[in-house]
Amino acid sequence: MSTNRSITQLPESPSVRLSTWLLLGAMILLVIASFLGLRWKIQEFFTLDALRTTKEFLTGFAPPDFSSSFLKKGLQATLETLSMSALGTIIAGVVGLLLALPASGRAGATARAGVRSVLNVLRAVPELVWATILLITAGLGPFAGTMALAAHTTGVLGRLFADALENSSPLPEQSLRDNGVAPFAAFLYSTLPQALPQIVSYTLYRWENNIRAAAILGVVGAGGLGQMLKYHLSLFQMHQAATVIIAMLALVAGVDAMSFWLRRMLTR
Amino acid sequence: MSAPLSENVFVDPQWHRRTTVAIAIAVLLWPMLVASEFKPWILLDAQSLRASGRFLVGFVPPAHSREFLLIVLEATWQTIAMATAGMVLALVAAVPLTLMVTESLSISRLGNGRMSKTASGIRQITRWCLVLLRSVPELVWALLFVRVIGLGPTAGVLAIALTYSGMLGKVYAEILESSDGYASATLLRNGASRLGALFYGTLPDAASELVSYTVYRWECAIRGSVVMGFVGAGGLGQRLDESMKMLAGGEVSTMLIIFVALVTAADAVSKMLRQRLA
Repeated sequence: MSTNRSITQLPESPSVRLSTWLLLGAMILLVIASFLGLRWKIQEFFTLDALRTTKEFLTGFAPPDFSSSFLKKGLQATLETLSMSALGTIIAGVVGLLLALPASGRAGATARAGVRSVLNVLRAVPELVWATILLITAGLGPFAGTMALAAHTTGVLGRLFADALENSSPLPEQSLRDNGVAPFAAFLYSTLPQALPQIVSYTLYRWENNIRAAAILGVVGAGGLGQMLKYHLSLFQMHQAATVIIAMLALVAGVDAMSFWLRRMLTR
Repeated sequence: MSAPLSENVFVDPQWHRRTTVAIAIAVLLWPMLVASEFKPWILLDAQSLRASGRFLVGFVPPAHSREFLLIVLEATWQTIAMATAGMVLALVAAVPLTLMVTESLSISRLGNGRMSKTASGIRQITRWCLVLLRSVPELVWALLFVRVIGLGPTAGVLAIALTYSGMLGKVYAEILESSDGYASATLLRNGASRLGALFYGTLPDAASELVSYTVYRWECAIRGSVVMGFVGAGGLGQRLDESMKMLAGGEVSTMLIIFVALVTAADAVSKMLRQRLA
């Protein structure tokens, strides 16, 4: 009988804080308000007209344009996308490392706070918004996209690098400095090697992200596959657009597979 | 140390290797510089300097007329609503897909550790669907939906819903599978239903991680919904795009400020929620 009682008498459930209820309520309110607040066009979805346009739209994609001249153009755009992402990441890595020096508190607390807030702004504005701003200064084309990627990624990497530098042990550099080594050399031979593995892995991770971002950046006119997609879609050349979408899918899936495989190789 | 202490001692022992690597990188980089039309000097070109100068001068003061602020406020709310509604729809799609994919809820696997052919086939197909959903960038979905249903937030909501359901489904399944499978396997062996095993075996272990990932994704959705405005899906992005095309620097700077504030706020809310769950 006693075993039975211990099963039926469950321990009292922990009390829920009032703030948790408030948060939950706020969240539910937000969801309801979001659905009510949007000007939905769902009704238009289910009209016969919409069904027909959707069908026309989808069938328009087939067959994708696989003529060799177009494939060549697509390949070129893919290479452009890859170069944009690689260059943007490299520039961001170099500038980010330079900014990480003051941001890790080497030039005093004021410089640290100042540079960190600059990095935060760089990071908060997404690549695509940077691209539209830079289009005005750099003109249409992949250069604006490269600089946009570099700007956003500098914010991300600068902050991560600064944290990595701050977290590495200060003792080696201190003892080199105490023995009369110049400040820059002391940094190069003590703190940098400690943080370098993290710096390299963050940079590679961002490169992976940037390939994905570079594929769509062109939608605002900043080069690569995105620009091609926007161009063919706005001319209603659906066969070509379908090929570009397939190229994007292949690029993204390829990068995913590469990073998955590399990570498995490294962790094994 | 018998060697005389000369300048030679301080030469970098690895300079040969470092130089080779540097040259190799430069050679690899060259075609990339060509392909991306990397010409930094055009930034300093007199004409482009004048254009950007004029644009940037317009940034100060930020536009702050009452009606403009009201318009921006409405656009900001639309952005948040788009992200939230898209997230909810993504959840509606992602939860069943997750349950279909998760291997630790497999019943046919219980006996000899091998899943039946149908079960593993269905799982594989669902997994491919998830890959397809998340491989198409949300911006491309938005671009396509804008064509089908016209300008407006509906396209953005659907785009977020599709991409994010793919991401959520994959990550949820990973979280569920990486949590301790002992409890759910025991429940299943003793005849519990799959949902029972999920609710009493797996979820208690994985719930906080699931919720914290969801909150993080909501934050990403807010950033994403701004960007989708640029292809005509409404919200802050669309307004920003319009002002940018009219080269109205003051409006752009107001919206950039609001945008940075919104992203920072979403970041803070998401951090606060995740800390409560930890």
